[in-house]
Amino acid sequence: MDDIINLETDVLVAGGGAAGMFAAIAAARSGAQVILLDKNVVGRGGASIMAQMTCAAALGEAESDSPELHLLDTLQAGRGLCNENLSALLCEGSPKRIRELAGWRVNWARQENGKINQVKAPGHSRKRCVYVDFLSTGAAICAALRNKVSRNSGIRRLSNVSITDVVIRDGEVIGAVGFDVATSVPTAIKASAVVLSLGGMTKMFQRTTSPNNLAGEGLGIALRAGARLIDIEFLQFYPNGHLAPRMVGLDPTTWEPTRVKLGGRLLNGNHEEFLHNYGEAQGEGYSTTRDTLTYAIYKEVELGRGSPHGGVYLSFQHLDEQVLEAALGPVIDIFKRNNIDLTKQPVEVFPIAHYQMGGIEVNANMESSVPGLYAAGELAGGAHGANRLSGNALPEAVVFGERAGEAAARFASRKKAPTWDKAAAASHIELIRGVHGQNAGQGASPARLMAEVKEMMWRKVGPFRTADALGDALDRIRTMRERDLQACAVSTERIHNASLVEWFELRSGLYAAEALAMSALKRRESRGAHQRDDFPETRGEYKLNQRIWLADGNLASSFVDMPS
Amino acid sequence: MTASSDARNPQMKSARLKIWRGTSGENGRYEEFDVAFEDGDSVLDGLVRVRLKHAPDLAIRFSCFNANVCKECTMLIDGKVEYSCIAKLRAGLIQLDPLPNCPILRDLVTDTLSHKERF
Repeated sequence: MDDIINLETDVLVAGGGAAGMFAAIAAARSGAQVILLDKNVVGRGGASIMAQMTCAAALGEAESDSPELHLLDTLQAGRGLCNENLSALLCEGSPKRIRELAGWRVNWARQENGKINQVKAPGHSRKRCVYVDFLSTGAAICAALRNKVSRNSGIRRLSNVSITDVVIRDGEVIGAVGFDVATSVPTAIKASAVVLSLGGMTKMFQRTTSPNNLAGEGLGIALRAGARLIDIEFLQFYPNGHLAPRMVGLDPTTWEPTRVKLGGRLLNGNHEEFLHNYGEAQGEGYSTTRDTLTYAIYKEVELGRGSPHGGVYLSFQHLDEQVLEAALGPVIDIFKRNNIDLTKQPVEVFPIAHYQMGGIEVNANMESSVPGLYAAGELAGGAHGANRLSGNALPEAVVFGERAGEAAARFASRKKAPTWDKAAAASHIELIRGVHGQNAGQGASPARLMAEVKEMMWRKVGPFRTADALGDALDRIRTMRERDLQACAVSTERIHNASLVEWFELRSGLYAAEALAMSALKRRESRGAHQRDDFPETRGEYKLNQRIWLADGNLASSFVDMPS
Repeated sequence: MTASSDARNPQMKSARLKIWRGTSGENGRYEEFDVAFEDGDSVLDGLVRVRLKHAPDLAIRFSCFNANVCKECTMLIDGKVEYSCIAKLRAGLIQLDPLPNCPILRDLVTDTLSHKERF
């Protein structure tokens, strides 16, 4: 297999969700030539398109509001660990981007007076969250951005191309290497700057809201390029993930916006309300943040008060059918196709891995510790600290995407023609060729190893952690990374070889999983989304962020004081 | 034609997936796999199980997994164009073919991308 696809551009954006598409648009309008690629389909892969409802922006259309108030709520949810520069950037930038998207035909739900409708999501002090009916916010944003991207002559889209490594020379980014999924042909892309917008690592958990492509590859790629990560121990478990009965055709996060919008009741297995036992004030329903809700649901199940499938009930039975139909529109039909009648039965819910708060450590230009390497969206760490506020992921995608694209274009414009270093890229390309067909027919498939990691991560590195479980997980992940992955059988097919894709997902994803288990083990306290059964208190000496990097092939970490 | 069985849980139901396999350049063939399922499971759930247990080289494509937004998992299910992520498994034989009128890449994956998104 001597083929190779060679490409060249000013700015390469890897990951075609909302952050990546916005980065591409911003880089192109700054004058850069852009390649925007996605392992799946540009504008359809990734997590953005799955986002159902809340997108926070201090527009002040439903009641008086300001970015400063949005920032206060964001910092409070972050439990003292937000990088305040990044949080402020998110809150200040969101209104502008949301109005820009309205101009690009995102059909924000409106009040009768024509103003954009805003609702109060948990943890927000104001009616601040905009949305697109019905449960289509992410899909609407992605459709608008897809349209903008496809009409921009400065942007070349490439779907079904996977990036495996960023290529570095003299400490600076000179491009990236990967392969064409459709043909398995290695692909080398010379670029003056690279924006990684590949999402988080939630696919590495068995119960997950993640699409199939969020295996933490961006974290692995960044580590190997010499970049630092931050806050990886904080992974958000969405409290009301769908559990039972089996439901397809809707994201498992459907229930939280539905609960907030309609006033659903969370009940334990004895059909009793329980949130007031965990600090939710009477008469202030839906104020409870995601970390507290997750804790409350886990504890009810642990105390023997769970529902039949091991979760809790969410009931809408107190509502009239007409109310449900008006609020849910066509979504009601999807429930019906799954034999779910909300007027007659509750559903069962349980926490589910949802969002990675940490990520690549970046400055306010989204630049990593490696010159020329930028991050955006879920992959950029720091804005959320220990817990992300509901509705802050979509603004992060569009605000940070825009900032990263603009900054990357500026960086690229200061360089002369991109310089390529064949020798620096050669080892990455040889790895792709070597892995293709390795041990064919003679070992476990990467899909099987992935299934094992996911099961273990859910059991040992889930919402409630102990030193013993984390230590076990760490040992096993290292063995998987150093031994099992090398023994995996990769198919010999050239056309659409998913086992090749999965092998490279694991190569990076196991670094991401190890970084999570290691940093969780070192944080000997409970804070936000990181809960230790053996250290249940929040401890002042840990009001620090944990930084992770790769040193001679091994992960290292230290606690640092971030700017505030 | 090959057949494999999956009888790990006697309480689960069983579907037999008859899957078209091959590439555009050769004559295709059907392979059959039994997959266990619970009521409500999707055809895509079944295909993921086939890849895990019997045929890791089976080509399928999806991103969002059962949320029905990425639209990548479209195929012919018993002759009808459907999303495999929302079509339900049922006991008995289910025939799966690649989309008609699209170039076949391999097995159930067809070329549905705009030429502008490819090399």
